[in-house]
Amino acid sequence: MPKNESLKKILVLGSGAIKIGEAGEFDYSGSQCLKAIHEDGLKSVLINPNIATIQTDTRFADQVYLLPVNPEYVESIIEKERPDGIMLAYGGQTALNCGVKLEESTILQKYGVSVLGTSIKGIQKTEDRQLFKDSMKESQVPILNSKTVTNFEDAKKAAEELSFPVIIRVAYTLGGQGGGIAHNEIELHEIVERGFRASIVGQVLIEEYVGHWKQIEYEVMQDYDGNNIIVCNMENILSMKAHTGDNIVVAPSQTIDNHEYHMLRSAALRATKNVGIVGECNIQYALEPNSDKYVAIEINPRLSRSSALASKATGYPLAYMSAKIGLGYNLSELVNRITQSTTACFEPSLDYIVCKHPRWDFEKFELVNRKLGPAMKSVGEVMAIGRTFEESLQKSIRMLDIGNDGLVLNRVNGKTYNEEQIENKLTFHDDHILYNVAIALKMGISVEQIYKLSTINPWFIEKIKNIVDIESKLKDSELGESLLWEAKKMGFSDKQIARVKGKTPDEVRDLRKKLGVLPSVKQIDTLSAEWPAVTNYLYLTYGGHSHDIEIPSDEKGIVVLGAGPYRIGSSVEFDWGTVNMVWGLQENGEKNISVVNCNPETVSTDYDICTRLYFEELTQERILDITEFENPKGIITCVGGQTANNLTLGLAEHGVNILGTSAFDVDRAENRSKFSAELDKLHIPQPRWQAFTNINEAKNFAQEVEFPVIVRPSYVLSGAAMKVVWSETELKAYVKAAADVSPDHPVVISKFMLNSLEVDVDGISNGKQVIIGAIVEHIDSAGVHSGDAMMCIPPWRLSNKIIETINEYTKKIALTFNIKGPFNLQYLVHDDHVYVIELNIRASRSMPFVSKLVKMNLISLASKAILDKPLPKIPENKWQKIHNYGIKVPQFSFMQLQGADISLGVEMQSTGEAACFGNSFHDALAKGLISVGYNLPVKGTALVTVGGDQNKQKLVASIAKLKHLGFKILATEHTAEFFEEKIGQVEIVYKISEPERKPNISDLLYERKIDFIINIPSTITLEKYVGMLDDEYQIRRKSLELGIPVLTTLELADSFVKTLEWLKDNETTKEPIEPYDKFD
Amino acid sequence: MVGYPEALTDPSYNGQILTLTYPLIGNYGVPDPSIKDDDGISKFFESDKIQVRGLVVHELSLTACHWNLSMTLDEWMYNEKIPGISGIDTRELTKKLRTGGVMMAALVVSDSEIDIEEIKKQLSSAPHYNSEQFMDVVSTKQERVYGDDKKSVVVIDTGAKNAILRNIRQMGYKVILLPWNVTYEKIISYNPKGVVLTSGPGDPQNCPDTIDTAKKLIENNIPTLGICLGAQIIGIAGNTETYKLKYGHRGQNKPCVNLENNQVYVTSQNHGYGITPESLEKSEFNLWFTNADDKTVEGIKHKKQNCIAVQFHPEAAPGPFDCKFVFEELKRLMEK
Repeated sequence: MPKNESLKKILVLGSGAIKIGEAGEFDYSGSQCLKAIHEDGLKSVLINPNIATIQTDTRFADQVYLLPVNPEYVESIIEKERPDGIMLAYGGQTALNCGVKLEESTILQKYGVSVLGTSIKGIQKTEDRQLFKDSMKESQVPILNSKTVTNFEDAKKAAEELSFPVIIRVAYTLGGQGGGIAHNEIELHEIVERGFRASIVGQVLIEEYVGHWKQIEYEVMQDYDGNNIIVCNMENILSMKAHTGDNIVVAPSQTIDNHEYHMLRSAALRATKNVGIVGECNIQYALEPNSDKYVAIEINPRLSRSSALASKATGYPLAYMSAKIGLGYNLSELVNRITQSTTACFEPSLDYIVCKHPRWDFEKFELVNRKLGPAMKSVGEVMAIGRTFEESLQKSIRMLDIGNDGLVLNRVNGKTYNEEQIENKLTFHDDHILYNVAIALKMGISVEQIYKLSTINPWFIEKIKNIVDIESKLKDSELGESLLWEAKKMGFSDKQIARVKGKTPDEVRDLRKKLGVLPSVKQIDTLSAEWPAVTNYLYLTYGGHSHDIEIPSDEKGIVVLGAGPYRIGSSVEFDWGTVNMVWGLQENGEKNISVVNCNPETVSTDYDICTRLYFEELTQERILDITEFENPKGIITCVGGQTANNLTLGLAEHGVNILGTSAFDVDRAENRSKFSAELDKLHIPQPRWQAFTNINEAKNFAQEVEFPVIVRPSYVLSGAAMKVVWSETELKAYVKAAADVSPDHPVVISKFMLNSLEVDVDGISNGKQVIIGAIVEHIDSAGVHSGDAMMCIPPWRLSNKIIETINEYTKKIALTFNIKGPFNLQYLVHDDHVYVIELNIRASRSMPFVSKLVKMNLISLASKAILDKPLPKIPENKWQKIHNYGIKVPQFSFMQLQGADISLGVEMQSTGEAACFGNSFHDALAKGLISVGYNLPVKGTALVTVGGDQNKQKLVASIAKLKHLGFKILATEHTAEFFEEKIGQVEIVYKISEPERKPNISDLLYERKIDFIINIPSTITLEKYVGMLDDEYQIRRKSLELGIPVLTTLELADSFVKTLEWLKDNETTKEPIEPYDKFD
Repeated sequence: MVGYPEALTDPSYNGQILTLTYPLIGNYGVPDPSIKDDDGISKFFESDKIQVRGLVVHELSLTACHWNLSMTLDEWMYNEKIPGISGIDTRELTKKLRTGGVMMAALVVSDSEIDIEEIKKQLSSAPHYNSEQFMDVVSTKQERVYGDDKKSVVVIDTGAKNAILRNIRQMGYKVILLPWNVTYEKIISYNPKGVVLTSGPGDPQNCPDTIDTAKKLIENNIPTLGICLGAQIIGIAGNTETYKLKYGHRGQNKPCVNLENNQVYVTSQNHGYGITPESLEKSEFNLWFTNADDKTVEGIKHKKQNCIAVQFHPEAAPGPFDCKFVFEELKRLMEK
């Protein structure tokens, strides 16, 4: 029964494609919101173009629109669906901003749609600087002093008044861009001048800088009746110096006392009451470390990354409860989902410590600045639960899946520094800061000195010192029972202990088991064991003497491994796979499903998805602990991306029953040499390849097949250390890099075929039948990483003969490798020949896209295959019989990454994707491009800079079309000359590196006189970075910072222009997606 | 997680071994006990010494860090000669208490094998908590006065927390702290605007003198506020019954519903006894607050007289001070 009977249908806005700052947490919050609506018997409509999410399955929402979340599209859906209410708090800043615009343009009023939860007025009180100031003043909550200025003199005066250092924030730019911290007048001048140029209103904010203050956050819930509670508080280890998204965070706070805790708590309740929050919000404070002076920094009037973390850290489902409040319930009417007997109007108490650790992927980006500061750069995060800080921290590091086994005793233990270097490293945080603290401690630098430099609270440094001390104790002492206990309580893994003791991890494991040094399984119950929990939300710790639960022998089940942190190349699509696998198994009669995962931004870590949830490490040691405790029928490693897949072989060797494709066959596919040899046996062509052990072999091979070649290690996802190499010198460098990433597996080089098409095939097999999900064609040419490429179903450049060949190869390979479950094959098509590049025997990135377009849930089918059930009869080539076009477009987050170059290559760089369906190629593409942030102008000015005659030649038709459409064409000298000859008048502009020559590109960019840029780099060689092409880099970077679209591949430029042409006479379609077909 | 200096000095915990569910204790150390506020009330503690008989934690933080600390928790307990034990699976212990109820316990540390049967024997012959007379230990022996405002409030000390005194002072009243067995007549001789009966340890039935005084306070319609043990005493004085809860309410996160406006407040609680809900009907009181989880009695209001009482701690320390308005309610009665 709905609480508010005037509500019948609710519109929910999603956050679109995943980008830095808006990631999978909004799939979690949106899904919970839809669940809450559904439970009340109301209809829901979702708009979100993020195809890889659970929420865009038609399971929770009644209607799903894969459309851009912007006012135009949302209005058209409101007009069509006529919802009574709209939920804005579940789709990040994207949904919130869209909601504010809808209100301001009176669209909500026009259609009588009421905002459920925090009102627009409340939202504005947190978003508008002045309104926020006023509101905090009324609530008696202090804030930082700041001043808005428009010229340097005023900036100087403001800075002097506030006293240096100050932080400069640029008005109307995203993600802290253009701002910075000035310690003196010289720095102030530089940053302010840059800021004035970057700001469209020529305005910057000068604010007190409190980098050394503690950063504390509270999550608040409030209902329409004004009942309010704090669900969680958190402390950022890296103080105010680093954005909370880039901070290592603990929950609950560790270094503040009762007075400070409740001072901030009460301020949070006052502030949210004044703002008028209804539902959930996050409030962030800076707290002076040497007194109880504090300021509120900001309030997020919506679900956020922090609230997702708080939900998982406490077991209190914030998004679900917040949605219920939006629907009119008050807090005391809602029930604690864990105890199912106590009220939801309470404050959870924790009896463990949670540590959140960000995952950065700086390695993927050339030229990127790794420093941590006010702008967020991480792409994902993990959460570890333990009963000491040391245990939680070291667990979190292992969860990151970056090859480290903890804070110390890693395979590669970083660099050595002299005193001056380490002091610098401690002062300016980068992604290695905590390792650097450990190094400093080992160098004998005092805790006090480290605190002074790093502003990390000494309590945390002392704890890191405990880890360092255990390391030396392990080095110096006999490995007995008490030392083992001590080390395990401090979070050391068997691998770390084995490394220092010259043993194998298995030897350490055996010794531990013999001595009874074993972890306990504990429940997360929101009430520190005061009330019995009915849910099994679990973690493992060495800080306990007994298990909270036992598994009855008739409840043996199946363990499904999740995908770990979001990162480039492994994102929400693998969570979609994990959750759909759980549902698939359940639908096939399996009652006891356990999930293991450690990513707080996921749906798979909702404890009501499965029977038992282990919020745990995806490491061999921990999975063995869990399987020994669970004694399951088997374990599934094929839906958790490469993280889970990489565990297959080791687990099988330890006697764990792998369900699905056997470890032997997975290894045959993952091991490049074995795989290539297998293909040769099948007479299926592949680009020429060779595995090598020394650089001479590699060199000889490369000379023989001619550069370029691709160098890559085995068992890696999304091109880590995979490179296109153009010369011998580069080859030498990359062979080394590749060997570092995957030391236990051979490195392979193969011929890189220029000018070919790339094709993905997703499918399912049960060892007898093979079902092909779809053949997916990349729009960009091969060489752009498959994760960065635009993709299209159905393929439109492949002949029937090629499709037949691909079908035939796919079936042959699937059967040869005895695949039981999902798989993905990648092909190259070159001169009408088909070559196999890669086989992944697991769920793939494109599976949600294929499943939703073809209306065939591949993971659901895979669950049948894995359980050895017959696959249903599905028409051959079902994918060819659909009437729709589907196009998947990558989302990039270069904006957040200061310095990163945006031209694409063989390493994946995109952070997410959107996909839209349509009646035609351009219908789908137009919506896809808008979804990832491209503005499709109907008229205006295009800047064209193209390197190389061949590229210029290929672009002639597109540029001519653009001119014909009425766009003004600007180009640099050589390009202009070339095109003028072919298409008539082109205006000449001058390079950024020649600022004295006018009109200059730099000025035009800042004056917003360019609408979009076609900038094709000369080659994809490394040379582009060595100065001579620095100008192109400057153009790409500047335009990015100013939010002007840059098209860097020929195919994208061509498609973009054609789409502009199509839009002149056509309108995009706005249809909901259809549910998955049911098969018997 | 926070609040151990306050909890350890709360006289209500006198005679008890306290176990904390949060696994890391002592992170921010302990402030200087000698620091007093302007009225001479200890600034950071709830009484002048550690009241618990022992402390059980999972991990004791041997290093502490805070601008306001003067020593570590370990040093403080050592100075005050209060034993503690760390390395205990306090979650498992909590589960034991949840099912078995509050129980007699001993802290035993030994290098050799511990003879559990022998310890049990010793424990069974030790004086039982229920039979202990706490008032002689926790209550002030003579009158104490804080502040010099004209208007005053008498506080009957059955184990008062300093936070109660601080809250009354903040409202602008002089505090006159009197022993637990003070007579009604003696109280009236100070001509107070109102009276507060405080929290404290043990069974309310062990305070017969205070119950008698409370009866007269009600009879004579003196504005009165009871807190925790004080609430139970007022309850008995007004014909309700009390009982021992199996496990008690202890923590800083207990939701209570104010039945007058249906608002829910998060409160700080620490009590092992409570007012029997069924006994309210034929008593002189109306139900004011209930516990949102188990529906136990959390607050009562006298049907006719100026007498109110809450089972939770509106003075906080440790815990949230969302219910400070309870003191305002007393003020309203006093200024009526």
